[in-house]
Amino acid sequence: MLSDPDRYDYFPLHDRPRITWPNDARLAFWVAPNIEFYELHPPLGPGRVPWPRPFPDVLGYSYRDYGNRVGVWRMIDVMARNGVRGSVSLNVALCDHFPDIIKACNELGWEFFSHGVYNTRYLYGMSEAQQIRIIRDSIDTIRDKAGQEMSGWLSPALTNTDETIDLLAEAGIQYTLDLMHDDQPTPLRVRSGRLISVPYSLEINDVPLLTMRNASPERYAEICKAQFDQLYAEGADNGMVMCMPLHPFLVGQPHRIRALDEILRYVTSHDGVWLATAREIAAWYYQHHYDTVAAALAARRRAA
Amino acid sequence: MPLPESYFDYPYRGERLDHERYRHQTLFTRRPVQWPDGARVALWITVHLEFFPLDMANLPFRVLGGMERGYPDYWNYTLRDYGNRVGVWRVMRLLDRYGLRATAAFNSDVAQRYPELVRAVTDRRWEVMASGVNMAKLHVGGLPVEAERALVTESLSTLRRISGAAVRGWHSPAHSESDNTLDLVAAEGVTYVADWINDDMPYPLNTKSGTIHAMPLTHEWSDRMLLWQYHQSSAEFTSQVVEAFRVLYDEAGRHGGRILSIALHPWIIGQPHRIKALDAALSQITGYAGVWNATGAEILDAWRQQAAP
Repeated sequence: MLSDPDRYDYFPLHDRPRITWPNDARLAFWVAPNIEFYELHPPLGPGRVPWPRPFPDVLGYSYRDYGNRVGVWRMIDVMARNGVRGSVSLNVALCDHFPDIIKACNELGWEFFSHGVYNTRYLYGMSEAQQIRIIRDSIDTIRDKAGQEMSGWLSPALTNTDETIDLLAEAGIQYTLDLMHDDQPTPLRVRSGRLISVPYSLEINDVPLLTMRNASPERYAEICKAQFDQLYAEGADNGMVMCMPLHPFLVGQPHRIRALDEILRYVTSHDGVWLATAREIAAWYYQHHYDTVAAALAARRRAA
Repeated sequence: MPLPESYFDYPYRGERLDHERYRHQTLFTRRPVQWPDGARVALWITVHLEFFPLDMANLPFRVLGGMERGYPDYWNYTLRDYGNRVGVWRVMRLLDRYGLRATAAFNSDVAQRYPELVRAVTDRRWEVMASGVNMAKLHVGGLPVEAERALVTESLSTLRRISGAAVRGWHSPAHSESDNTLDLVAAEGVTYVADWINDDMPYPLNTKSGTIHAMPLTHEWSDRMLLWQYHQSSAEFTSQVVEAFRVLYDEAGRHGGRILSIALHPWIIGQPHRIKALDAALSQITGYAGVWNATGAEILDAWRQQAAP
């Protein structure tokens, strides 16, 4: 085991090249709906027990199932009305189970990236070859069933191994979302090829905020707006990224959906916000900033 | 050592769910239903009457409201008992004032211990629903089927004997089921179950004794989740219940009748400092035209007369 992920250098916020976004936007804003399939009787592996209760965990399973029967449609409706596209964190087996959801997202021009095959199958304990199998399955399924070339990755249930990031780079993946260390993209150290981290969030992610920090819908909206206000202000000097991860089984509930609408109306009422997908953010960064930042990091290393 | 090959088997990966209990169905493409008198929202209030034994083991998992301290945990035992002695009467008085009927979900031990409570429920023409035996006797995976059948029989026969009611509805303690629960309750004449929290409307469930139905009992905006689990304020409880109502009421104008479930645990909502939160929610909700208050069985019957099989 390592004492540090050993994937990126220390790079203090105040001393970086300026990041710019299209049309001189201050902030790249993106929304990551996690559209997930949890299994009722998943196989057991090391590192994480899929459900807190003995199987079948009817409460936990049906809570998530609400997202796919009900919540996802309310969430799609609110996002579409606000002109905000999603970059879907997808358990790729969902393409097989619920093609109607995939079709609806595709029709709105949303991106799909992999969140593993099922949210009850983890990377813990997998060999490199087994992880490559999951990555290939994701790329193939998103190409064949959703008609997109997959660009990004968020490990299923945020389970990682020390090697996962190398394997993503070697498979030609453009970005990973597993690291929460920054509000800007970061070039990562990989065995071969290249990979960046795009900012995701566990701070304004609805799961921890609503179910672990016990936020009411009003408080949730207040926190997301505060996050936006600060990053938007800082973005005047150096372009920032704000990601809002969503879970339809939570925000798609009738007592919460208006909070999402309120946040998106607030964000979209500002000028200088780039409403992007994660793929677009990564592509722009590679094209305009990767080399500059990589050179700055190399210079810091030499100086050290 | 890598994971076994079986970890990469996906036996249900296809256009289906990973079990046979119900089929996947999107809420917004279903045939709209109409409630009596053109109502938009059916108001289904459930009052959960629970017995938490002082010597409960909290196994195989700790239920919300279970004992938390060393034996004898008077602190928690008596706080739960408060609900059946005091809180529930406060809730009843409030619902009476609004002329609202509810479904009372009884642990059968509550009926056995406090038969006055059953009479108060039947006198009000509330529905009696079965909710297992008590909060320590969980329906869980690993429970032998004969042991679980005994729990189902004890719960239903006790409640039917004491109340004289048919008892068609079932809610497992703590929303917990084994793989056998639905078959066992259906075999004993239960026609609807409110454990699965995946829908806002009823839907058919397959059992060995034929089709029964799932009813949408809220978990998310119950007093148990908002006030106890999430430690939110009374005002936050009121605003979320009313907001759920408003969204469903609005949807009903486009998608047909909806159901608002209000799930109440008298040991929580029946406290003096919280009861007004329920009063405030009911005052706002009953101020709308087109709200049909009914029991679970009545709502399901109206739904079944119209919904596609």
